[in-house]
Amino acid sequence: METMKVQNVTPNDMPWKIKYDASRCTLCGSCVSACSFRAIEAKVERRRMVFSEGDLPDPQQRFSAVPVIRQVKDVRHYCRGCGICEKVCPNDAIGPLRNPDTRHPIITRCIGGDSIKRGGRKNLESAVRTLDKIRVGRISQMTDPSLDAQRHTFDLLAPFGRILPAKQLPFRVNEQNSLQVESSMPPVHWIYPVIIGDMSIGALSWRMWEAVAMAVAYLNEECGLPVRMCSGEGGVPVRLLKSRYLKYIILQIASGHFGWNRIAKAMPHMVEDPAGVLIKIGQGAKPGDGGLLQAGKVAEHIQAIRGVPRADLLSPPNHQGLYSIEESVQKMFLSFNAAFKFRVPVAIKVAASATSVSVFNNLVRDPYNIVGGFFLDGIDGGTGAAHEVSLDHTGHPIVSKLRDCYLAATAQGRQGQIPLWAAGGLGKTGDLAADAFKMIALGANGVFTGKLVLQMAGCVGNDMGRCNACNTGLCPVGITTQEPPLVHRLDVDRVAQNIVNYFLAMDTEFKKLLAPIGNSSLPVGRSDALVATDQAVADKLQLQYVC
Amino acid sequence: MCRIGAIKSLNYVHPSQALLLMESQQKGHDNSGFAMVMHDLGGIFEGYKHLPTLSMACTDEGLKLAEEMLHTAGFQRVMQWVPEIDPRPGLDIHAMPNYVFETFDYPKSSRQGDQKEKEELLLDMRLKLRKALEHDEQGFVYSFWPDVVTLKEIGDPRDIGTYFRLWAPDDKFTAKVITAQCRQNTNYDIVRYAAHPFFLQGYTALANGENTFYLKNVEFQRQLHRGYIGFESDSQCFLYTLHYVHRELNWPLHYYKHVVTPLPFEDIERREDKSQLLAMRQSLAHLEINGPNTIIGVLPDFTMFTCCDAKKLRPVVVGRTDDTVVISSEVCGINDILPDRDWETDIYPHEREIVAIDNNLEVQRWRQ
Ligand code: SF4
Ligand code: SF4
Repeated sequence: METMKVQNVTPNDMPWKIKYDASRCTLCGSCVSACSFRAIEAKVERRRMVFSEGDLPDPQQRFSAVPVIRQVKDVRHYCRGCGICEKVCPNDAIGPLRNPDTRHPIITRCIGGDSIKRGGRKNLESAVRTLDKIRVGRISQMTDPSLDAQRHTFDLLAPFGRILPAKQLPFRVNEQNSLQVESSMPPVHWIYPVIIGDMSIGALSWRMWEAVAMAVAYLNEECGLPVRMCSGEGGVPVRLLKSRYLKYIILQIASGHFGWNRIAKAMPHMVEDPAGVLIKIGQGAKPGDGGLLQAGKVAEHIQAIRGVPRADLLSPPNHQGLYSIEESVQKMFLSFNAAFKFRVPVAIKVAASATSVSVFNNLVRDPYNIVGGFFLDGIDGGTGAAHEVSLDHTGHPIVSKLRDCYLAATAQGRQGQIPLWAAGGLGKTGDLAADAFKMIALGANGVFTGKLVLQMAGCVGNDMGRCNACNTGLCPVGITTQEPPLVHRLDVDRVAQNIVNYFLAMDTEFKKLLAPIGNSSLPVGRSDALVATDQAVADKLQLQYVC
Repeated sequence: MCRIGAIKSLNYVHPSQALLLMESQQKGHDNSGFAMVMHDLGGIFEGYKHLPTLSMACTDEGLKLAEEMLHTAGFQRVMQWVPEIDPRPGLDIHAMPNYVFETFDYPKSSRQGDQKEKEELLLDMRLKLRKALEHDEQGFVYSFWPDVVTLKEIGDPRDIGTYFRLWAPDDKFTAKVITAQCRQNTNYDIVRYAAHPFFLQGYTALANGENTFYLKNVEFQRQLHRGYIGFESDSQCFLYTLHYVHRELNWPLHYYKHVVTPLPFEDIERREDKSQLLAMRQSLAHLEINGPNTIIGVLPDFTMFTCCDAKKLRPVVVGRTDDTVVISSEVCGINDILPDRDWETDIYPHEREIVAIDNNLEVQRWRQ
């Protein structure tokens, strides 16, 4: 018998164990070749068979070598539970099983001597979500009738851009007793209240990015929904920069400034202004941490778009030289002014934090009126790559923080002047319309979403540790990878279609939520339309408690 | 549900006409109160048009306190009218001990001051009085403004009319503009202040409807102006928005409609003045109203207007003769006081217009 080596890694130490039924397996090899993580391999097992021939027992044994599929016993090639093997197996012979006894968090650190990195969302299971303790509970009936979701028209748009207090509008009454605009005003675009949130072209495969861009163009041009997508840090393909579709794209600038060289160079050739500029200061899923694109994903076209060699691409946690809110305002002002001649709204994205209200107050009081949006990103949102400890243990939930910011604006009579956009786990249950609607009633002008869009595309990851390998460049469904064979698993048209359909469904659902409260435009800050079934939630958010 | 009505005439009209206008509409409301604001006063007030009149209901202590405060502030009483009441038993009215209509001259220091300053002074004084008399319900201060009187009481409108002897016309207590409404705001507490018409610095507004953006309006208006207080009724928001748009921002009246019920974005896009309309919609997003509504308003220059919600979920009718225009929730009220008018000229305002009546009774329909 071999000596037992307890330190050796076995499937029982891993988060997922492969269940395999040799009797059903035809050894076609599909699963092994489909597993992008190389978590399974073909092996030969030695088998002993005892048999007896003749009338009386006469035990004999025979040894044979049998080819089988086995789980790889290596922390670098552990099974992610993605289930692709199961998907491709024609005989239901293989599949992953969650292992509640996993020692993965310990052994990975012990063996690697490095922090664990992954993509996805926060994996620590939390209690029932705050938004699920809130209902749209103020129903119009009797003298104040509900509207008809099918028949009435609804104005489902949200502002992106700095909104002036009415007294500062440059209006003059002319001889015809009409108001005339005397000088220019900050640009404001009214867009769909759900922005497809910043996922960079490096984090996503080119096909995925293309599918999202296609869906956005289709939603705008064929469905009449002015949906915008944010590029994420890392630039935009030049062809898109020079195309008329640029008007649907919000360009992001983050601390690494990746891709901005090309954007700047493309400016003289732009035929449309971009939809906006989003300065990313922080991200809710990994606050205080910069972007991380591991070398495995820095394919040739990414090197070209970003203007970098193949290496781990780390964005610093801070914008260099950005040490004060005033300075960040200044910075926006400069990029705004210089780059797009006051035609393009510039907004800021920060991670929700215990200090968000102070930051927001400073921006809302800025006398230059230039901050065109406050994008507040809470935990529970997704990320392409992060240290697990940041993902699971840092950050701030979005719901109360968004509400705090709105109430801070309300206390100053400045609600709406800097549009509030919220994100962080919205649509986590698959139902974005409800989450977005509740956030809007709590004071958001709109929401942004990223991870859910991946799920529309076929992402198999979830919050209970399934897959979440977006950082590895080995995404089994071709969404967050730059490996050509994996990328080709993604059907661009189907993904675009899914996204379009989801938005259309969501649009109907928004109306189904507006109609019963009798509103034909978004009820921003209409918290009286909500009730909470939890006293603490009701108190914190200033809602009516019901039970 | 409220029923609202308004009369604007070339001649002085007695409040009995307002009672009559509302009487046949009583099935539409719950007969829980009566309130009216009169502008452009005749009768005993005619000679005092330039001086502010205080309209107040109060206890004896409240009266003393208010008069002391006005005296201290330098206001000098020049005229007083105490309605002769008919306290016959069996009337459904929660009467206050005193109803005060007193006209004052401005404090010496501000007599020569400019108009704006005087107007701010009057508002400050009213707010101070209101606050001082709030304690123990010592009094309700409805208006303190030149050429305007306000009367509000809880009870059956017919009995309130009887109590104040308003059913019998006379030429002592008249006005060219009378707005009236017959219901206490039973959505919330029964408070005298909650009955429309509401008044602020020459502006009057009353409404039949529900404002489902009440909370949004209130939260925004609270920070806009010191006079935007109370909010006992969701219809008060209509008055404050009117005051803000017309007086504070100095925008022409027709923009009021663009603020309370903005055009859909699609329509704005097609307009020549789209940058103005968009900027308005953006900056005053929290003054938008939603829900079924009809609003009647009066401006400091006595222009009267009406408009309704963007889906015309609450109707309103405008009927007229050569010397009188009447606006009412239900046409039966107009039939009672203008029986001989040409009803074919009645206007049923649609959801995208303001109907405005100037002092020559010229009726204008402004398409939004
Ligand atoms: S579940 Fe996914 S990672 Fe695990 S073996 Fe199957 S294909 Fe590989
Ligand atoms: S399927 Fe792809 S995108 Fe989804 S969690 Fe796995 S690696 Fe990430």
